[in-house]
Order: sequence, then structure tokens, then C-alpha cells
Amino acid sequence: MSKHTRGVVLVGMLVALFLAGAVSYYANGSPDGLNRVAMDQGLDEAEKNHALADGPLAGYSTKGVDNERLSGGLAGVAGVALTFLVGGTIGLVLRRRGTDFWTAERHAERGNEHGRARYVSGT
Amino acid sequence: MHVPDGFINAPVSAGAGLVAAAGIAVCLRGARRELDDRTAPMAGLVAAFVFAVQMLNFPVGPGTSGHLLGGTLAAILVGPYTGALCVAVVLLVQGIFFADGGLTALGVNVVNMSLVTVVVGYLVFRVLTKALPRGRSSVIGSAFSAALISVPVSSLAFVGCYALGGTNDVSLGAVTTAMVGVHILIGIGEAVITGLTVGSIIAARPDLVYGASGIAPELELRPSTATA
Repeated sequence: MSKHTRGVVLVGMLVALFLAGAVSYYANGSPDGLNRVAMDQGLDEAEKNHALADGPLAGYSTKGVDNERLSGGLAGVAGVALTFLVGGTIGLVLRRRGTDFWTAERHAERGNEHGRARYVSGT
Repeated sequence: MHVPDGFINAPVSAGAGLVAAAGIAVCLRGARRELDDRTAPMAGLVAAFVFAVQMLNFPVGPGTSGHLLGGTLAAILVGPYTGALCVAVVLLVQGIFFADGGLTALGVNVVNMSLVTVVVGYLVFRVLTKALPRGRSSVIGSAFSAALISVPVSSLAFVGCYALGGTNDVSLGAVTTAMVGVHILIGIGEAVITGLTVGSIIAARPDLVYGASGIAPELELRPSTATA
């Protein structure tokens, strides 16, 4: 990972882990907008159970963990890890390699006199 | 706004699946232009962040909550193509591992919560940032407004799906009014979260915010005269 992105990604991931792992316990438990309208208007007449409703993380709780706070927190942390892995892999696979702005700068600085250049922050 | 199994009939679910697949294919091509070595890890961060914040349901009325959809936020942070992929990743992980959003409804959910919110949110954001004077507050204000609009439009997209393939005979007028009404309130939450997040990252690293490329300090190439 480019060292120039690392700081933002590290801080962002700590925030995401904290939100999913700890703050989520305090989230509002009422049905969301769609589910509320579905109940009120009868959209859910033919609703079917989720095919994977018995999965280890189904319903944002960890199977086998009785403590509600811990169960939800672990599920949240697992979800953050999974989405980061999948999203990050897509990013790494699709990226244009060697086009890193800062890498280009470092290469230029290592080059000969004519190639030497630096990026100046203007106003 | 995750649609469970059984709300939308099989043909329309399958049709939405095709639309979603086509949209993802377009995004996989388009994202190549948005991602480089520096921004690639941001795709992982944005997916993880949207997942985390989607867990934080906030109250929007008696017995009703809402949560971030995240399409507008993702599009502004990493670009619309990559942003749509990030939200689709979140929906896929939620559907498979968390039993949130039906498996047969995955196409419907990708269309409504990823593609529609990204297209609407990013278009509104672009129009507003072009119309407003350049600057940090314009970007944040545009992000706020775009996020606000994207949520009720997404709820309308769901109503459209239900109109085409709903499994129950309901009053579409009443459903439309109820859906748009509650999702304007949820949109306010979406707008606040989007504005705060975009504002925080712009304050630290404006160059890592795709939609703020116009306000980052101009970078120019000069011959090196300094010895430092």
C-alpha cells in the first residue's frame, strides 16, 4: 500500500471497526423505513425466510456467543474485515499499476538531472 | 432498505439481476480509470466504512428507523464506478453472511441501493459543484444535498420494482407516499453522515477525495531549483 494512503486507511478502518464492533450495540432496533412500510401496507404478505438465516453471522449476531453485545460486536468486526478484503482486492486488481502520482514523483527524483522534478503546492 | 425474499416476484427479480449484472460490468470497466496504486486501498476502506455505518440504524419516527445507503458517499470518495462496486460488495456480503437482503432480491437491492443512489447522488453532486463557487464548503454542501436526494429516489426505484413485480395487491399510491415520506427523513440522516464524512476526509487529505479534485491545491510540475 502506498504509504501516502496508509494513514487515512488505518484511521478509517479503526473508525469502521469501532462503529461496527461497539457503537452498533446502541443502534435503533426498530424496523427500517422499507420494513415499516411493508408491514403497514402489506408488502410482506409473501415474504420468505432467508435461505441462509442459520449462518454463523446471520442477523448480525455471532452464533454460539450468548452475550448480546459481544455477539453483535464480533459480527460487525467480521463484516468490516470481509468487506475490506473484498473491496480492497477489487481495488488492487482493477488499478492502473505504476500510475501512482507519488511513486512517479519518487522515480523522477531518483532520475538524472533532466528528469529531476518536484511537485510544488501552489496557491 | 434491504428487500427480503418474496417481496418481488421471480421474473422481475431476475430482470433486476440482469440489470445489476450489466451495471456491475460497466463499473468494473469504469473503475479502472478511477483507481491507481494510491487510491486502490480506498476501495476497501469505503466498502468497510459503508458496511459499518449501515449497522447504525437511527430513529426516524415512532417505531421506524433508517440507515445509511452510502452510494453518494462512496461515489464522492472513490468515484462513481468504484463507489457502486463498493456498495455492491457490501450488499453481497450482507446478503450471504448476514442474511440481510434476500438472495433472490440481490439484483433488486444492487439496482436500488447501489446503482440508483450512485447515479442520482453523483449526478446531483456534479451539477451542484459545477454551479457553486469552488471550495471546500461547496463540496460538502453538494455532498449533503446529493445524499439527501438519493435516498427518496432510491425508495421510488423500489416502488417501481414493486409496481412491476410486487407479490401482493396493494395501493401503489399509498405505498409511494409512505415510502417517499419516510425516506426523506432517512435522507436527512444520510446527508448528515455523508457531509460529515466527506468533510473529515477533505480536511485531512483532499487529494484522496475523488469528488474534491477541483479544490485540492493545484499541483504543478517545475524544474527542481531548490537543493532541499
